[in-house]
Amino acid sequence: MKKPKVRNGKILFSEYTLGEGVRKALTLSREDILFEIKDSKLKGRGGAGFPVSTKWMLGAAAIAERKYIICNADEGEPGTFKDRVLLVEYPELVFEGMVIAGYAIGAKFGILYLRGEYEYIRKSLQDFLELMRKENLLGKNILGKEGFDFDIKIHLGSSAYVCGEETALIESLEGHRGEARNRPPYPVNTGFRGMPTSVNNVETLSCVPHIILNGGNWFKNFGTEKSTGTKLFSISGDCEKPDVYEWEWGITIAEMLEKVGAKNTKAVQIGGASGICIPKSQFNRKIAYEDIPTGGSIIIFDKNRDMLKILKNFMEFFVEESCGQCTPCRIGNTKLLEGVKMIENEKYTFAYLDKLKDLGKTMQIASKCGLGQSSPNSFISILENFKDEIFYHENGDANGK
Amino acid sequence: MKMEMQMENKGNGRAPVSQKPHKIELPLHPEYIGGSVKVQINEKEIIVPLGTTILEACKKNNIHIPTLCHHDDLCIAGVCRVCVVEIENMRTLQASCAFPITAPIKIKTATPMVRKARKNIIDLLISEHYGECYSCFRNNNCELQSLAKEYGVDHYNFGHVQKPRFKIDNSSYSVVRDMDKCILCKRCVRTCIDLQEVGVLEAIGRGDSTHIGTFFDKQLSDVICINCGQCINRCPTGALRANDPRDEIWRAIDDPKKHVVIQTAPSPRAAIGEEFGLEAGHSMTGELNTALRRIGFDKVFDTNFTADLTIMEEGTELILRLYNALVKSENLNKIPQFTSCSPGWVKYLEHFYPQYIDNLSSAKSPQQMFGTLIKTFYAQEENINPADIVTIAVMPCSAKKFECNRPEMVDSGFKDVDFGLTTRELAQMIKETGIFLPELPKSGFDEPFGEASGAGLIFGATGGVMEAALRTVVELVTGKKVENLFENANITPVRGFEGIRYVELPIEEVGDVPEMYKKYFSNWNWLKGATLKVAVAHGTANAKKVMENIKAGGIFSECHFIEFMGCPGGCIGGGGQPIPTNAEIRAKRAEAIYKEEEGLPIRKSHENPHIAYIYENFLTDGPCGHKSHELLHTKYIKRGEYIA
Amino acid sequence: MLVFEKTSLAKEIEQLIEKYGNSRSSLLSILQEIQANHRYISDYAQQEIARHLCIQPVEVYSVISFYAFLNSEPKGRNIVRICKTISCDMKNKMSIVKAVERELGIKIGETTSDNKFTIEYTNCLGLCDEGPAMAINERVFTRLTPQTAVENLHKVVG
Repeated sequence: MKKPKVRNGKILFSEYTLGEGVRKALTLSREDILFEIKDSKLKGRGGAGFPVSTKWMLGAAAIAERKYIICNADEGEPGTFKDRVLLVEYPELVFEGMVIAGYAIGAKFGILYLRGEYEYIRKSLQDFLELMRKENLLGKNILGKEGFDFDIKIHLGSSAYVCGEETALIESLEGHRGEARNRPPYPVNTGFRGMPTSVNNVETLSCVPHIILNGGNWFKNFGTEKSTGTKLFSISGDCEKPDVYEWEWGITIAEMLEKVGAKNTKAVQIGGASGICIPKSQFNRKIAYEDIPTGGSIIIFDKNRDMLKILKNFMEFFVEESCGQCTPCRIGNTKLLEGVKMIENEKYTFAYLDKLKDLGKTMQIASKCGLGQSSPNSFISILENFKDEIFYHENGDANGK
Repeated sequence: MKMEMQMENKGNGRAPVSQKPHKIELPLHPEYIGGSVKVQINEKEIIVPLGTTILEACKKNNIHIPTLCHHDDLCIAGVCRVCVVEIENMRTLQASCAFPITAPIKIKTATPMVRKARKNIIDLLISEHYGECYSCFRNNNCELQSLAKEYGVDHYNFGHVQKPRFKIDNSSYSVVRDMDKCILCKRCVRTCIDLQEVGVLEAIGRGDSTHIGTFFDKQLSDVICINCGQCINRCPTGALRANDPRDEIWRAIDDPKKHVVIQTAPSPRAAIGEEFGLEAGHSMTGELNTALRRIGFDKVFDTNFTADLTIMEEGTELILRLYNALVKSENLNKIPQFTSCSPGWVKYLEHFYPQYIDNLSSAKSPQQMFGTLIKTFYAQEENINPADIVTIAVMPCSAKKFECNRPEMVDSGFKDVDFGLTTRELAQMIKETGIFLPELPKSGFDEPFGEASGAGLIFGATGGVMEAALRTVVELVTGKKVENLFENANITPVRGFEGIRYVELPIEEVGDVPEMYKKYFSNWNWLKGATLKVAVAHGTANAKKVMENIKAGGIFSECHFIEFMGCPGGCIGGGGQPIPTNAEIRAKRAEAIYKEEEGLPIRKSHENPHIAYIYENFLTDGPCGHKSHELLHTKYIKRGEYIA
Repeated sequence: MLVFEKTSLAKEIEQLIEKYGNSRSSLLSILQEIQANHRYISDYAQQEIARHLCIQPVEVYSVISFYAFLNSEPKGRNIVRICKTISCDMKNKMSIVKAVERELGIKIGETTSDNKFTIEYTNCLGLCDEGPAMAINERVFTRLTPQTAVENLHKVVG
């Protein structure tokens, strides 16, 4: 298959032929595959960073009449578009990853939850699935392996950022409002329709065929001690070359900015709206689980940007996208947005802002799901790291404080 | 010789899997290995069965955790986040109402982090709660208020909403919604969709525009609300309340021209003590009569009297239907006969199963029969102009407010019952006059309806109507005393709280036909050897199960008589009863009713001499005769399945 | 709604139930198809779907009100959604918004009088490196200028 764009990368953007991964995987036993994934120390690439091998081993150990593999393609995080690139240009990696996952945990059904905004990709994905069925990479007795059936259905979302959370995604698939469930029980025990389900990000599943082909040990050569392998970074904002790049974990922010041609950068938002905002003085920090982990969304702001307006944009996003069931997230986000507007209109007190920061800390520990737990991150980090600009109206570029 | 079957009442049929009570495979005995777990709560070591939630474990060990969206009757929600606790080695706080214990963990329920989190959450709820406590009917009985007091909230930390966002919906005769006070605990949603399986309320919208609404946010009178009021009983704040007619009643009492007459039902009498601080289970019949006269009601009557009358009418109707079906083989579709005294159930059937309207007994409910009798028979006897009589009914029921406003309820020539008053509202009226109910002396009811049998009294509990009907029918048909068949005339197989109960009664011998039935049949031989199959269901979720079974031709389609109550627990759990409610409280109220009944001299409807008097002097055609049909029977209408 | 519209809608829903099954998990797929064909899901459609899936209409209404791409109220035949999240915002989405509003003569949230267009804001479309971006129905358009945005409007209809 001819790719529309030539990309360079050490793992995901490297050479790959359709079917290689599944073919090799079916020569191994299920325990071998689980071992390779464990050896590779692969962590979820959606932002939460949960060890994949733990999830799959729990799924494999569960006893049930049906199991499901769900690919979470509901990337709604502002500034993230790496899954779109993978689905359009490397669908073989994604789908073969699902097949291998199904083989490892003993699932026969795969569901791709595609966000509603990507409806224009659905046809090409369905065509690709047909191609895979013709090559016997999907369907019954895959590549001749007796008893191993697996097939994938595509299910469309309808524009709800909160459905990127795994239990909210499962609720959405079941025809309910996309409201997160109580955990425990976790989806690997009780997931879609009460059956063991493994929900993995598109990029996580794309790494799997490469790990199977080259071994978990090989994967550990890239990246750092705790963050093995490479990561896809979606770079956007004030830079010359916004795009998706594949770099090893452990890259510093300064190196990244240079590679994408960013000049006069004042701040970098790492992890999208639910991440933290790094000022210039900390550009020597590394992107890794040892320092700053991320799902890959990098937004670059240069010296002309108003940090308060950026914060307001983020908080408006959360107020609208919160599912609204639990108190701290629903009302808390509204209060944080009110606080930002108060700063905008210069009608605030520092005492009240301290109360809001305390509220933010409560939201981070008491909310029901990841959305409420991470929405105060940008509020706390922007008000902390850019207080000179916001409160004292000093120009933020010279000292970068 | 008697067959019994009981089915579980699982109100969690529609809840998503993670909100149902956690089912974990347990070995036979909790003390075997794998059956229990030792956990440490606040440095205290506790052993619990595997799968118990932290909240349950704490309750059993007297450790207090505040809750808001949790309710014993309903499935787990975990949305208010007030019950969060800290678990060692977990970064985030966990909701104790939803977290099942499956490993030996260390839990702390009152660390500074937990305390700060709870305080912040309560502050957030209060900042969006529009309405002042002193003008709210839940003042002093509001869970949000108690929680705020417990956590020492004395000013608005996060500001306060200045303007109301919603309009009050008081379109329904029974339930009034004030969404500005709603804290989105979703208890009403879980009640309406999971517990009652009616499905009128759900969360609409997303994010900060989330609110509880109906289909297309229509007003309640336009959707299929059956007025059962179970949502009111479970709402923690004043967002849901019943439609309160107290002002109009005070006006009637103060008007010297009006003759204000009140009838009280057994369920409010069993529960009204709770509004005065007593524990559930004290019946205040005598004290209530004194209080009502002191307030200013002209006469106080006992609804149990017309309950007896309902038994006579409905029992006769059942026998006639059986005769038509078994002997004449006509109108077979009218068997099984359904009771019709629960207006919530009647509206439910009119909406969802209108094809079975003919099965409903055409007899009115005791409340409505009384209204008709008062404005005809009583008005005649006492020589009062019925236009000046105001009849009020004290009921445990919010649907009765709808029932008395049904357009066909004017058989007396005037509105039969003018106002339906709930237990809570009556307690409020008594408090307004400075009376402390438990300390009053007891007194009796007024004539000419004073005496009522015990059979009428047990209507309040689920299975009561069935028991009352059986006591009469069995005696009239077999000629034997009920005490010979059931000890002390307590027909225990129909009692209890299981969702659906089924009983078979073989009729081995028959006696002579009583005088009042001689015009219909000369003997009972056509019932000899037959088996009377009856069933009892309470709560509309169980009613749905029975109706679906009947539709499919199952065991209940062969029943002859089925008692349906719209509310879980029967009338003692009705929508107008004191708040809060749970299974234990309902059981105690039912116990009070059965205890009060055992002490009465007359325990069967047909032995009540006043009933005989009515039939001799007023309803001279006898039960189900022409005059009875005019005054004491009614019709039903088909309603839409989705829109009213 | 006219009687023949109701019967054809009822038939359409029956066909969708056959295609996707009548369990609750097919709810979203059915709603998406009706949304694609009619641009909104009427109260009659919601009641029909509820009847087939054995749930109450308020539950269908609740699900529709949760998702931004599903509507209960009628909208224009072409729904124009302009991304308002940070990356597109930084690339001057306001000029695009103003151009589209000017061209169609309506403001954000409104529908043209001939029912052809509705303009709305939406959140991150996942095209942050090619901003500003907008979507008309399912098609997406990137690297917009006020000129090209307006051209795209006519392209879709034409």
